[in-house]
Amino acid sequence: MSAEEINLQTRFDEKIENEARIEPRDWMPEAYRKTLIRQISQHAHSEVVGMLPEANWISRAPTLNRKKILLAKVQDEAGHGLYLYCAAETLGVSRDQMIADLLSGKAKYSSIFNYPTLTWADIGMIGWLVDGAAILNQVPLCRTSYGPYARAMVRVCKEESFHQRQGYESLIRLCEGSREQKEMAQDALNRWWWPTLMMFGPKDEESSNSELSMKWRIKRFSNDELRQRFVDITVPQAEFLGLTIPDPKLKWNEERGHYDFGEIDWEEFWKVVKGGGPCNKQRLDDRNKAHDNGAWVREAAMVYHEKRNRRLA
Amino acid sequence: MDHKHVGSLHAADEKMAIENARDVYTRRMEGVSIWVVESRHIHASNPEDSGAFFDPAEDKVYRHPTFYDVPPEIKNM
Repeated sequence: MSAEEINLQTRFDEKIENEARIEPRDWMPEAYRKTLIRQISQHAHSEVVGMLPEANWISRAPTLNRKKILLAKVQDEAGHGLYLYCAAETLGVSRDQMIADLLSGKAKYSSIFNYPTLTWADIGMIGWLVDGAAILNQVPLCRTSYGPYARAMVRVCKEESFHQRQGYESLIRLCEGSREQKEMAQDALNRWWWPTLMMFGPKDEESSNSELSMKWRIKRFSNDELRQRFVDITVPQAEFLGLTIPDPKLKWNEERGHYDFGEIDWEEFWKVVKGGGPCNKQRLDDRNKAHDNGAWVREAAMVYHEKRNRRLA
Repeated sequence: MDHKHVGSLHAADEKMAIENARDVYTRRMEGVSIWVVESRHIHASNPEDSGAFFDPAEDKVYRHPTFYDVPPEIKNM
């Protein structure tokens, strides 16, 4: 490293140490830039792909009120994707490149969205569990070291809390309803509980990306810490609903002051991460179809814009 | 009217940009007026230079009305 680079590296390290924000025009190590591009773009992709399992139930929501709520939630998620794509662009990657990587299957997105929404109760479950888990992950990100990412997360978090509350409220209705409705809710919990715990990623000792991420204060809490927090918060919420969490090992541990819980099926975790989940192919097909079917709109908008320019010139 | 920066988006032209901004950034009545400007036309001061750039204003208290003692009998000042 040259003297200049050493100086820049030192100043960067000091900023991180002092919890100062790194902004787009600041010098940063290439590896910091690269890991952020990867993380932020994957986060954006997750929002956009996440719209698909939920949009699945818009046409079949049980009431007009629920339909409006679900529409609003899905629209919010498109907006979240936008904030995050814009944040990633400040690091020098183009929107076109990120979209191309998603559509080709090169880029990853959160594996939870590779599971199907089989019943209306799944929509409530996603709001309660999946958004609940996302909130635990995203609130600390409001203090992540990269400025544009942190600011995007502040806006996302404000909007995300309605997402969780609407899901939980919907489940309260189901659990207070008929026997069939409560069974539908229980069935949805049985299918979404473990995939939600998988959202927090591999165990700390097996998480290769984490060390640098934490050193650079991109990531503020470890996978296992967040996963434990999620379980501790969510168990009483399940008890209130009168639902049983599908984990026979789940038990309050007085000594630790936390819930003990069972082992995640890591084989399934890696299988889904690597593309072998129930809906991976369908998600990618749907995204590609949407992109292809929307091409005429993009082309028309550009041509119209050019035509206007020529007329005004 | 004060306008605050709230975010960015992509659009083919300014009309689409305003409509998209309304759809994304005013969903909860965050604003009732929108300005859009192409990012290439925004020029910003450098945060690294904020010290040199803004400090000189910090100790010029005589620019504030409260610096001046005007006797209480004086009205309308």
